[in-house]
Amino acid sequence: MSTAVAQKKGFGAFMWDYLTTVDHKKIAHLYLVAGGLFFLLGGLEAMIIRIQLIKPDNEFISAGLYNEMITMHGTTMIFLAAMPLLFALMNAVVPLQIGARDVAFPFLNSLGFWLFFFGGVILNCSWFMGGAPDAGWTAYAPLSTTSPSHGVDFYVMGLQISGAGTLIGGINFLVTIVNMRAPGMSYMRMPLFTWTIFVTSTLILFAFPALTVGLFLMMFDRMFGSVFFDVAAGGNVIIWEHLFWIFGHPEVYILILPVFGVFSEVFATFSKKRLFGYSAMVFATVLIGFLGFMVWAHHMFTTGMGPVANSIFAVTTMAIAVPTGIKIFNWLFTMWGGAIRMTTAMLWSVAFIPTFTIGGMTGVMLAAAAADYQYHDTYFVVAHFHYVIVGGVVFGIFAALHYWWPKMFGKVLNEKLGKWAFWPFFIGFHLTFFIQHFLGLMGMPRRYWKFLDGQGLETGNLISTIGAFFMALGVIIFVWNIIYTHMKEPKASADPFDGRTLEWSIPSPPPFYNFKQTPLVRGLDALWIEKSEGKKAMTPAEPLGDIHMPYGSIIPFVMSLGLFIAGFGFIYQVDNPVWLSLVFIGMGITLGSMFVRSVKDDLGYHIHKEDLEKGDGQL
Amino acid sequence: MEKDTNSTHNEFEKAEHKQEMQHQVISFVMMIIFTIAAFALVVSDISKYFTIPIILLLAVVQVVFQLYYFMHMKNKGHEMPALMIYGGLAVAFMTILTFTTIIWW
Repeated sequence: MSTAVAQKKGFGAFMWDYLTTVDHKKIAHLYLVAGGLFFLLGGLEAMIIRIQLIKPDNEFISAGLYNEMITMHGTTMIFLAAMPLLFALMNAVVPLQIGARDVAFPFLNSLGFWLFFFGGVILNCSWFMGGAPDAGWTAYAPLSTTSPSHGVDFYVMGLQISGAGTLIGGINFLVTIVNMRAPGMSYMRMPLFTWTIFVTSTLILFAFPALTVGLFLMMFDRMFGSVFFDVAAGGNVIIWEHLFWIFGHPEVYILILPVFGVFSEVFATFSKKRLFGYSAMVFATVLIGFLGFMVWAHHMFTTGMGPVANSIFAVTTMAIAVPTGIKIFNWLFTMWGGAIRMTTAMLWSVAFIPTFTIGGMTGVMLAAAAADYQYHDTYFVVAHFHYVIVGGVVFGIFAALHYWWPKMFGKVLNEKLGKWAFWPFFIGFHLTFFIQHFLGLMGMPRRYWKFLDGQGLETGNLISTIGAFFMALGVIIFVWNIIYTHMKEPKASADPFDGRTLEWSIPSPPPFYNFKQTPLVRGLDALWIEKSEGKKAMTPAEPLGDIHMPYGSIIPFVMSLGLFIAGFGFIYQVDNPVWLSLVFIGMGITLGSMFVRSVKDDLGYHIHKEDLEKGDGQL
Repeated sequence: MEKDTNSTHNEFEKAEHKQEMQHQVISFVMMIIFTIAAFALVVSDISKYFTIPIILLLAVVQVVFQLYYFMHMKNKGHEMPALMIYGGLAVAFMTILTFTTIIWW
């Protein structure tokens, strides 16, 4: 059918294919490219911040622009880089790992991507339309509600739209994992990456509504004259902080849990051992997800919640160190006595362990409420969360990309260049952020545009900036590796790393219907069990038959485009009611495409058994 | 033989349907009674400190009836939706608890 002849087509047809695709593997590519571009953008913002702080009293950028940089760096990295990159991994891997032919709702999968994409574009349009948001990525009221430019409006609309996409994606993966596992794959036989995505999706389902509510309140305060956060009119600014962190803390677990899954897969594969303590790992994952909802107020120890609330949240926060510790030890024991292969994916994973442990340790320090009064809003906090987010999430994404690149694109990333990218990034990372612990303890506050001469902060900041350049070098080598690999490297085999899970039982990249016959799962590490019994492939759970596939659709793109247009209408109707016309046009497009989707039957098509036999997947 | 097993199967199903119907009717009648009771409480001159908790309690029981008997959550295969509902309730409850104890105390 249409998607099958994707080769040898013009650029227009190629674009149209991706705009209309509902195939989870292609949506993974979209997420990867979009998330990767936003990652580079966020990195560029980080470099500008570090250049501004290279020497005391620097005038590289103005104070206002600096505020926009720090806000957009944080917002971009969390919402537009880390989240979509993780969604790229989920889309690329989860259906394959559970032996499914697609996600439960392919149409919604596409819609989720386009909503995220247009939300991100709105957010970044702000740069060219009168200034980016400048109230910090947390957008605390009243700073955000009183910020004079349209920046924060872009923040509100951009995050609202991309947040809806994330929520849709999360629900999609929940349903997929609950309902579409291959025969024999019970919950306790799911690969750990699938487990972590399952818990992550649950967290998305419960956490994102809090952000949605918060953003709506903010939107009405800024655009329609409500006073939820206006103290003078009886509002309360602390409500925003709570809503933001009720979402925001689970959000950081949404970021870290998938890469915990990645590391579990990588350690097991490259140590040639079953993951140590699988059931303890599952338990720890669920426990982290559960505790993740009871710790948010540790971001707000200094708002004056009182000693009782502070103590409760301090204790629950410290409790999270327990399941995380279980995981760290299990990874170490997985490697213990294994036949370790130090591939690039493994290198990133091994580097993650000490890095993340340092981040976890400073996390426990920050959790001590009384001590937090000293650390709060200093570079100590900045160092802490970069240790867990860069040292955890970014290392994990790099490991995952090296590990699953052949499954996503059919080629193994060049190992030599991979290691060349790793070392500057790893060294640069520690240069940048380790010293920031001490800058923070010396009293350097975060988010400040300048520091002054003669306060002992010069050397530390210089080292930090030099480290940032090393990290940039690492990223550039990684990008070069992608280009080099796609030009020079040979096609990868189905199972280049001697893998253990189902995704390695099908060709790289897989045919668009994934599994010709649904595999029968006989235990944890399903493919490894078959291999250890001398079999070359999975035992099929069904006879060869027709495969039902969904048609592609442009509707998700149009639906999101409508919201994108309406977003600008909402932002600018404050200045002139004429802009409301954009709201009507945009919402009209969105509601119209929802109507079309509702009344038009889209039953999909079948790949016939004869074609499957004849073409051996090469339709 | 095959016919026989089929007929017993049908009988079993019939009995089950009958049971199901009975449950539904009972819970429906109970819900009507609860609603009348709630209205009666409000109309009568009983202290509101008694009325409000009782009405809330009746509401909770009605929601349980609704979910478990009318929407079949008591049947098999609903463990995951139940987990999600209770998880969501827990998060919502935590949020309200925080707002009432920390922000507006």
